[in-house]
Amino acid sequence: MMQDDKVIVCDKLTKRFGDFIATNEITFDVHRGEIFGFLGANGAGKTTAMRMLCGLSAPSSGKATIAGYDVYTQTEQIKKNIGYMSQKFSLYENLTVLENIEFFGGIYGLSDERIKSKTEELLQRLGLKGEANKLVGSLPLGWKQKLSFSVAVLHEPKIVFLDEPTGGVDPVTRRQFWDMIYEAADSGITVFVTTHYMDEAEYCNRISIMVDGKMEVLDTPTNLKHSFHARSMDEVFYQLARGAKRGD
Amino acid sequence: MRTLRFLLRKEFRQIFRDKSIVAMIFFMPMVQLILMPLAADYEVRNINLSVVDHDKSPYSQKLIAKIVASGYFRLTGYNASFKEAFGLIESDKADLILEIPHDFERNLIREDHEKLFVAVNAINGTKASLGGSYLGSIIGDFNADIRMQLVTPPRFSQFPVIEVVASNWFNPVLNYKVFIVPGILAILVTMVGGFLSALNIVREKEIGTIEQINVTPIKKHIFILGKLIPFWVLANIVFTIGLLVARFVYGIVPVGSLLTLYAFISVYLLAVLGFGLMVSTFCDTQQQAMFIMFFFMMLFILLGGLFTSIDSMPEWAKLITRVNPVRYMIEVMRMVILKGSSFIDVLPHVGVVACMAAVLNGWAVLNYKKTN
Repeated sequence: MMQDDKVIVCDKLTKRFGDFIATNEITFDVHRGEIFGFLGANGAGKTTAMRMLCGLSAPSSGKATIAGYDVYTQTEQIKKNIGYMSQKFSLYENLTVLENIEFFGGIYGLSDERIKSKTEELLQRLGLKGEANKLVGSLPLGWKQKLSFSVAVLHEPKIVFLDEPTGGVDPVTRRQFWDMIYEAADSGITVFVTTHYMDEAEYCNRISIMVDGKMEVLDTPTNLKHSFHARSMDEVFYQLARGAKRGD
Repeated sequence: MRTLRFLLRKEFRQIFRDKSIVAMIFFMPMVQLILMPLAADYEVRNINLSVVDHDKSPYSQKLIAKIVASGYFRLTGYNASFKEAFGLIESDKADLILEIPHDFERNLIREDHEKLFVAVNAINGTKASLGGSYLGSIIGDFNADIRMQLVTPPRFSQFPVIEVVASNWFNPVLNYKVFIVPGILAILVTMVGGFLSALNIVREKEIGTIEQINVTPIKKHIFILGKLIPFWVLANIVFTIGLLVARFVYGIVPVGSLLTLYAFISVYLLAVLGFGLMVSTFCDTQQQAMFIMFFFMMLFILLGGLFTSIDSMPEWAKLITRVNPVRYMIEVMRMVILKGSSFIDVLPHVGVVACMAAVLNGWAVLNYKKTN
């Protein structure tokens, strides 16, 4: 692939908290339009790595550029070009569906007409028309997660970071959620996603698995299964994660 | 600026959707301003007095009657001995003991001279000292009456007598409500503004919504402004309700101009809210923010000059009050409401508070970190 096709470039990116190395010299590239799976046991350093890439956390050492912007000096530029959906639901529960969409659209600088047309389109696609004026806090988790994803890509970012977007969500909704991810990827948005579900890992173009802060492997699901002589991603994950020393 | 509009819209929606905040904004000033001044009285009444009258003469009876008639004292004991009366002090049933010696009347008439003994229970300092001085002045009055009756005053007094006649300006009848209502209103506005703002950002941290904000390209000062303005409006509403209560319940009409008052309040609120927001950026939980605010609020209020006069504080405490915004607020409230000071008169206060506002809000913006 071409050099300028890379939207995330990471070189020995490291985050230390005192003596503890949360993320240890991870090096990888992500290409435009790719669905990049970021796997690892709890405490392996996934969220920390992702927060550094989003400009929420300053790296301790190493280099990284997101959409061409430096993670040390151009965090605000990065933020214009990414969407983020955190592990913890973080839309405003005491605002309605409409109000949340309007607010985040406005913060990202979308024009009033854009917000209006986007809202219309989004409610249509999510089937949330009837719930538009309901408080977000009253929606079931599956809907909340789909809404959160839609809000994260509202401003059509280059990359969207999803931190365990389907945790606790039922299988049907998970399936629908992945349809949305594919749609986003098809429209050119790069998807960087963490998950604990190995069936979801199979949906990714490439996956990396982190163990104790280090990135142990990085390849397509097919190649990984092949090289680990495994029948499923589950087995690959077990073989790698068994050696982990860190836990919750 | 457009971003600010969206932030404000969101903030106001959230505030007015929260019934407890709305209730706090409207009922707190009313309840506090109506209840507190009625109960929190500077005057000391119901001082429990125990009398040990060894004389039992018409004069001693007259003195006791005069004391009781003053309305400040309540006769709780009429004891035969000082020892017995002291038992009442020990069991906290009496605040003062007045001991009238044998031959009180005789000595007073014949010798033109007599001593009374007053014992004060100093556990409640204010009550004791005020009670003692009330009693002293009643006895002095009694003494003057007797001398008028018994002694024909000489044409020229033997000793120079200076009589002091005081007249109370700006609060002629020393109505303590006129004095305390503006002060309570000052504290009320400070508390509402300070706590609301201190708890706000930290609440977003607790819920996790701040992450979603931090990952947007929003400017830090816009975010802080988006928090500042709504609370500024709310605190102004609280202040206005307070002024209305002062007007219609206590009949306190500001002597000075309302414009001056609001001009100061506008700047003052920026300082108080800036302080709250600054605290909010330092804390991770609402509990921490609450404790820190309590700590500072107690200091601000007790060193604010409402309950005790700043002039009588030690020098080091006076220095502290210089960085206490509440002090300036209480001063300005009294200056404008009671004395009718003009904007020029309160300009130094406005200046100091404006500096505080700039420092505190700047600090809040600096310390609000989108990247940790």
